[in-house]
Amino acid sequence: MKKINNNMTIIATKGTLDWAYPPFILASTGIAMDKKVAIFFTFYGLNLLLKDLSKLKVSPIGNPNMPMKMPFGPKWLQKINFGPKIPNILWNIPFADNFTTYMMKKTMAKNGVAKIEDLRTICQDSGVKLIACEMTIGVFGYEREDFIEGIEFGGAATYFSEAAEADHHLYI
Amino acid sequence: MIEKTLDTSGLNCPLPILKTKQALNNMKTNQKLKLIATDPGSVKDVEAFCTQTGNKLIENKYSENKYIFIIEKQ
Repeated sequence: MKKINNNMTIIATKGTLDWAYPPFILASTGIAMDKKVAIFFTFYGLNLLLKDLSKLKVSPIGNPNMPMKMPFGPKWLQKINFGPKIPNILWNIPFADNFTTYMMKKTMAKNGVAKIEDLRTICQDSGVKLIACEMTIGVFGYEREDFIEGIEFGGAATYFSEAAEADHHLYI
Repeated sequence: MIEKTLDTSGLNCPLPILKTKQALNNMKTNQKLKLIATDPGSVKDVEAFCTQTGNKLIENKYSENKYIFIIEKQ
């Protein structure tokens, strides 16, 4: 088989619970597939590097394609997709995000998907390079201490120096 | 001879692959790993994993609602 360049970079730009999965799933799988992986976290993607991941939420507002099925209860009930049945305006109630976040975490656990915390630890332990965008940290008023240990800090040029050595890039 | 058995029943993508990689890391060349999975995606994934990492997929079958793979470490 033709040996291709084995490096991969990911730009993670989203900071909600649902979009936290793809970068960590793909990065950890990349490492398992013998690739070298770097993730550049910028804008809302910085959320994924915070020490406290409990702030990651998924909102039903403006998220019309999210399926909403009960992760527990009788089989017939679990089959119903409530997503399209509930008018978006009704979600404008306090704690709606907490409810959908709770349901998504339940659904993920029920389907044997690892927690974000665990996926992130796997990525770190297996050598995924995690780079936090220095510029966004400044703009959003974060401190370096807000983030987990063992990550790197850099700007767009740092991303490009990683990308120059890779032939597989994803923007998430 | 099967050197090691790894049961990933109930686990979903990407955990079966990550655990397979981990298990193979601790094995010697030509030793065989038996992988059991319930994730239907693992059929394609294990094949792709073996092609990419150069390990040999010797057997790939489905029985009693489980996907069973025999992988020889290269």
